[in-house]
Amino acid sequence: MALLFKKSKQIEVQIDEFLDLVIKGGLIFKQAVRYYLQGRLEEFENHLKELNDTEEKGDDLRREIESKLYLRTLIPESRGDVLGLMESSDKVLNQTTETLLQFSVESPVIPEDLHPIVLDIADYAVHACEGMVKAIRAYFRDLASVRDHVNQVLFYRKETNKSAEKFKRAVFSRELRLSHKIHLRYFAYHIELIAEEAEDVCDRLSIATIKRSI
Amino acid sequence: MIWFFLTSGLFLGWSLGAKDAANVFGTAVGSGMVRFKVAASIASLFVILGAMVEGSGTTETLGHLGAVNAMAGSFTVALAAGLTLSWMTRAKLPVATSQAIVGAILGWNWFTKSPTDVAVLSKIVATWFLSPLLASLFAVLIYLLFKRILGRARIHILRLDAYTRAGLIIVGALGSYTLGANNIANVMGVFVPASPFHDIPLFVGASLHGTQQLFLLGALAIATGIYTYSQRMMQAVGNEIFKLTPILALIVVLAHTIVLFIFASTGLKRALLALGLPTIPLVPVSSSQAIVGAIFGIGMVKGMKGLNFRLLGRIAAGWIITPVFAALISFSALFFVQNVFEQEVIHRTAVPQAVAPPVAVPTRPDTLSIPDTLTTIPVIH
Repeated sequence: MALLFKKSKQIEVQIDEFLDLVIKGGLIFKQAVRYYLQGRLEEFENHLKELNDTEEKGDDLRREIESKLYLRTLIPESRGDVLGLMESSDKVLNQTTETLLQFSVESPVIPEDLHPIVLDIADYAVHACEGMVKAIRAYFRDLASVRDHVNQVLFYRKETNKSAEKFKRAVFSRELRLSHKIHLRYFAYHIELIAEEAEDVCDRLSIATIKRSI
Repeated sequence: MIWFFLTSGLFLGWSLGAKDAANVFGTAVGSGMVRFKVAASIASLFVILGAMVEGSGTTETLGHLGAVNAMAGSFTVALAAGLTLSWMTRAKLPVATSQAIVGAILGWNWFTKSPTDVAVLSKIVATWFLSPLLASLFAVLIYLLFKRILGRARIHILRLDAYTRAGLIIVGALGSYTLGANNIANVMGVFVPASPFHDIPLFVGASLHGTQQLFLLGALAIATGIYTYSQRMMQAVGNEIFKLTPILALIVVLAHTIVLFIFASTGLKRALLALGLPTIPLVPVSSSQAIVGAIFGIGMVKGMKGLNFRLLGRIAAGWIITPVFAALISFSALFFVQNVFEQEVIHRTAVPQAVAPPVAVPTRPDTLSIPDTLTTIPVIH
């Protein structure tokens, strides 16, 4: 029985580490976008590399947690939900990495007056991501507060959409080539996807919470 | 011949082990929280312990209902209960060993024209209703307590999982102990008045009484049932009336354990007597119906959603069908055993007793008559 408690503790720590990586990914992403807009491309590339490493670590950790949960037949009733949550929060981390990689590969030219809006979109998306991690942590320990964090995520997802809409309207209302406009819209859309993915995790979480309540 | 007569009791024990161990460990094994081998080992060990330590109380009550004082009679009564169990299970009707054995004993009383103690019968029948009601009440109280504690304690899901596993094993062990203590009377109770076993001295001042030897055999039969057949029952149990999570299963088994304990514990009875409080009758109650009561209680407190009322109705119908069916089988089987196989189903030299001690062999008078119609059947050799 002591061994069971020890193993459970080990996986508890690993799950916390995985969620720390998701938070860290969001913060790196936000900082990297800031560097990109400021033209500090070397620091931007370093952050992209760091985010790639974080994502790889997250993938490895997630696989390890998944196999341990299955091999040790832990939390049989909630295992499917927990694994689903881990996989979908890993998607959020993947989305931040992919979006940053697109900045690096496609080097979008963003008009300077629109930089604050882009920063806002990134900021709200990362807030949604942080709220999602808090909600997941609450699912593991404190079911009563899951709802509060989920509402926070929904709020930031809406704010992300509003800022993205503002950005797209601003882009399409000015004298730019259509290809340029579409290119910029594509970036706003991809940052928005981070918040959308976070919202999807929270939708899963709401159902999983109902299932867990005794 | 004694060993042959005991086979029906052993068969009854085997079916009780196969069926009722699933009540205690069903959800734990079915959900993968506890491995079958672990569950079967714990259940077997604690069923044997419960039967040996506290099995006498409920056996005494069954002895008061009808002291079956001839081995062939005991064999037939246990066989009738066993056949009732198998047929009703095959017909997918909910059935309880306690009700089957009570019906079979009443069949014996009817056949041998022995008086039935109405007060004892009423006490037994009252517990059939009381045990699910009490289990339901305990389940609601424990559920509310757990909900309050878990809401405040903020335990990590993985740690809670570890606690739940430990709880399921501990409560499963207690549940198995009370199952052995309460239900051994169903398996071996009818053999006690006619017990052929003599005390075996073990060491200084201690001996294994004849009754205890019977209980040990019965408990070993239950353990065999657990090992050989309960796995498939455990895989299937739990979701029929209301879907149970491992924590709810823990609550249900705990409520069931408390109910079986209070209806089986001689220690509790002595303690209540010492305190000058009214005692609780020691009666073999249905493990399955205590579980159903507990699940129903939780279903109610959770808003009645998902409760299978049709199944509950069938269980209630089983309260009447099982004893009636068992009594009819018992009566018919006793007729054949006495008139076709020429076996003594009652000791005619004994004193008639509606109330008999559990261990001592009761005696009956010579004057006790068997219906003429039952004795005039020609026996073909």
